[in-house]
Amino acid sequence: MGDYYQRDWGQHPPALSPDYKTSVARSPNAALLSLPQGVGEITGPCFGAGDAGPEDRDLIHNHARPGESAIGERIVLYGRVMDGDGRPLPRTLIEIWQANAGGRYRHRNDGYLAPLDPNFGGTGRTLTDEAGHYAFHTVKPGAYPWRNWANTWRPAHIHLSIFGAGFAQRLITQCYFEGDPLIAHCPIVHTVADEEARAALVAALDLNATIPFDSIAYRFDIVLRGRRSTPFENRQEGA
Amino acid sequence: MAKPLNYLKETPSQTAGPYVHLGLAAGAAGLTQAPAELGTDIAGPKAQGERIRIEGIVRDGTGAPVRDALIEVWQANAQGRYAHPEGGGPVEPGFRGWGRAPCDFETGHWAVDTVKPGPVPWRGGMRQAPHLSLWIVARGINIGLSTRMYFGDEDAANAADPILGMIEQAQRRATLIAPREDGSPPTYHFDIALQGADETVFFDF
Ligand SMILES: [Fe+2]
Repeated sequence: MGDYYQRDWGQHPPALSPDYKTSVARSPNAALLSLPQGVGEITGPCFGAGDAGPEDRDLIHNHARPGESAIGERIVLYGRVMDGDGRPLPRTLIEIWQANAGGRYRHRNDGYLAPLDPNFGGTGRTLTDEAGHYAFHTVKPGAYPWRNWANTWRPAHIHLSIFGAGFAQRLITQCYFEGDPLIAHCPIVHTVADEEARAALVAALDLNATIPFDSIAYRFDIVLRGRRSTPFENRQEGA
Repeated sequence: MAKPLNYLKETPSQTAGPYVHLGLAAGAAGLTQAPAELGTDIAGPKAQGERIRIEGIVRDGTGAPVRDALIEVWQANAQGRYAHPEGGGPVEPGFRGWGRAPCDFETGHWAVDTVKPGPVPWRGGMRQAPHLSLWIVARGINIGLSTRMYFGDEDAANAADPILGMIEQAQRRATLIAPREDGSPPTYHFDIALQGADETVFFDF
């Protein structure tokens, strides 16, 4: 295999997005230095079954007392991880974190007045299967307020961290839920300028994937960078 | 008009936000009842090479510490091999070469314990000086920032490093080189400036 395709920066938010105020002092001024990929960019950490067990993808129960479960709208969040050529990414680690159904995170820095759910931790992880599929069982997170403008609300969202097969594919993102009216008002969603790209962040309601009389389902497919299938060693510049 | 190529577009990045620790470093978030954290041991007990510590702070454009950042490290072992099928060969059992460290919520300091990596091959038969690849995410960072840390006691290798040599403004190369302080373990200090006159060099690859 060769290099990863160069990143399509039009898909991504710029470092500086003034409407998301925290980015103003946390964005580099200088242009990123473009680097040919070497072995350290093409490779990345490998994970296995020992890193994520079946209980780790069930957020309804992974922090619950025996016989109890988390409060909220029960959902299956599922999808497929592929690269830019549509090839599935097997055995890649996905980690998620989210607020509870009331919009409160189990995090020492979250002081929102909505209560914690004693049966909900809000974090999980899983490996994709051989065909790149993944699934989490969780509750739909609530919207929550934050200080950007004086009164700003995040749409319901789940944070996802995905590794891929090499560090060049490393990605952290957030998925939103189809039909949420807050998506249109969110300055973080709108750090992504391209409308089609923003739409790729919205998980689709999928009635076919619901668990009858148990959980509703949302599908969120993830695309990481594609890769040349033939390695061509570049000549040194000027050589 | 031509037939569309139909490549799939990469999923857009979104900031890791203020609560990234809940997902990636649960202990820092205050979550006691959670599966074992990943990335707490970069090298494992059997790794060869010199045991070192790396510590530093991340600062924003005003000079204030970024106290909610999270840093990931990816590195070769002492033989210059990565723990990956395309990483150049086998590595010691338990060597993953990857880890993560949250910044301290009070002070903004971060630290990792690892082994010093060896030089790594580069194109055209060249070699890269020993270095770590770092990836920084935080609230206010819309897409993870990639940089590298080189070692302050590797002057000759650093001077010949093809990546450092690509940095046009020579004075900015120093932003990637961590001075060494002897001790037990020897400690390299690597501060990261997200923005400003002493801004760290960040990469696109
Ligand atoms: Fe969030």
